[in-house]
Amino acid sequence: MWEPIVEALQISKTYGELVAVAEVSFAIARGECFGSLGPNGAGKTTTIRMIYGFSPLTAGVLKVFGLDVSRHARAIKARIGVCQQDNTIDPDLTIIQNLTVFARYFNIPRPLAVRKADELLRFMSLDHRSHSRALELSGGMVRRIVLARALINQPELLILDEPTTGLGPQSRHQVWERLDSLRRQGLSILLTTHYMDEASRLCDRIIIMDQGRILVQGKPSELIREHIGKDVLEISSPATDLRAYIHLQKMAFEDLGDRLLVYGDHDDHLYRYISNRFCPEGCVMRTATLEDVFLKLTGRGLRE
Amino acid sequence: MSMGILRVWQRNLDVYRQNWKISFMPPLLEPLLYLAAFGVGLSGLIGEVPYGAGKISYLTFIAPALLAINIMNNAFFENTYASFVRMYYQKTFAAMMATPLSVEEIITGEIVWGATKSVIATAIMMVILTIFNLIHYPTGLLLIPLAFCGGFAFGSMGMYFTGIVFHIELFNLPFFLFITPMFLFSGTFFPLEGMPPWPQMLATALPLTHLVDLTRGLCYGSFAKSVPLALGYVLLFSLIFYPLALIKMRRRLIK
Repeated sequence: MWEPIVEALQISKTYGELVAVAEVSFAIARGECFGSLGPNGAGKTTTIRMIYGFSPLTAGVLKVFGLDVSRHARAIKARIGVCQQDNTIDPDLTIIQNLTVFARYFNIPRPLAVRKADELLRFMSLDHRSHSRALELSGGMVRRIVLARALINQPELLILDEPTTGLGPQSRHQVWERLDSLRRQGLSILLTTHYMDEASRLCDRIIIMDQGRILVQGKPSELIREHIGKDVLEISSPATDLRAYIHLQKMAFEDLGDRLLVYGDHDDHLYRYISNRFCPEGCVMRTATLEDVFLKLTGRGLRE
Repeated sequence: MSMGILRVWQRNLDVYRQNWKISFMPPLLEPLLYLAAFGVGLSGLIGEVPYGAGKISYLTFIAPALLAINIMNNAFFENTYASFVRMYYQKTFAAMMATPLSVEEIITGEIVWGATKSVIATAIMMVILTIFNLIHYPTGLLLIPLAFCGGFAFGSMGMYFTGIVFHIELFNLPFFLFITPMFLFSGTFFPLEGMPPWPQMLATALPLTHLVDLTRGLCYGSFAKSVPLALGYVLLFSLIFYPLALIKMRRRLIK
């Protein structure tokens, strides 16, 4: 049964003149992994900050577990786990203390907290570092501790703000594996990310946000099929007659000047035809990805 | 509400307990240094100072003032520099806010912790002063609850500044403008009675003056009639700065 765990109805957040989130509506089902994507300043972090009470809503209704966030913040926060973007590991405490002290904020009795902390550190392959301090650990380890700490209260919803930003490939895969396993256990997850491969790999459904609004929402595979197609033909230094041919054939494409991207469900025949006739230097046909969708919808300009 | 305050307080106590061997040194050594410099060094030059109707030794005069200064410094330092580091650099408050704790509980827990630091420092210092026979008992025992009240007042004031400064360097300002003048001019190192009226009035406005009055009364076991007034003034400072600190910190943390 489709049971909503988060429901946002026309939620807005403004800071003076600046509109960070503009009348956004979405819903997350129990057991679902839901991703929020968007360029810098799209409103992703603000949206999730509203869920855990860091940013009061300017307008709209936001419910978590069926409870209104503006009135039941404490009850909601007792049932969620949050991994913030910043490193919030307490450097004054050891790793195990970070977990047990955190458990105390949830009024979890000490014996249970210690058992749970041990279990979580083992799950994150960090049990050998229980008595280290955060400053002695690598970025990947710190991120896993934040994740372990967010799970100490056995949350029903896990909120992750850019869980793998700044991590190396090995560390990213370590985090993904843990998240996969949590997902299999039925945990609901809401995450924001800049990485399209992360979203494709982890998320059942995503929204792509830009300038405080939701541009699209759906399953990653469906969004790719809908907005790009099956493949992308990538041609560097395209010749003028190729441009003319593509116009004539009414193909979906994007012209980046020195590179041409042709979207669609191409077959090998067309690929061979174009590559033989127009591209003596060769061109590439590859599978369409979420990144193509993202760049097509949010543009290629820098957001700074 | 109260449980959350305790949780924040416990976090700070856990950290303190790891470093207690270092943390308890300053309140132990500082009064010894002051007693040596002012009590022994200056005492010879000054001899006795007038207090109430009679005269007391200079050492007896400054010992309670050192207690009051210690109460002020410990809480004020804890809720400015130390709280700011936790809030700004270590993101400790941000992590706490994602748990059932509210901003009010976090800030109150911090201020209560600052007051606790004042109590710990006072207790340690009392040991030294008792050895030198500078505290009258049993009234001296009331210094402990007084340290908490004074610590809460100065801690709230410190937390208010933590709520408004942009950068840690800016704490130099309240230290330079409030703490240092209070340290020197609150009837701490010389009696106010002999001063012209306007510096006396200025000193009366400073909360430390009243805290010094109270520590003197408790150390000497003789209560002046100004005690309720002095206690009232210290409490008034809490009543003003504690809500202000909550408002400023809420505005700072919740956007």
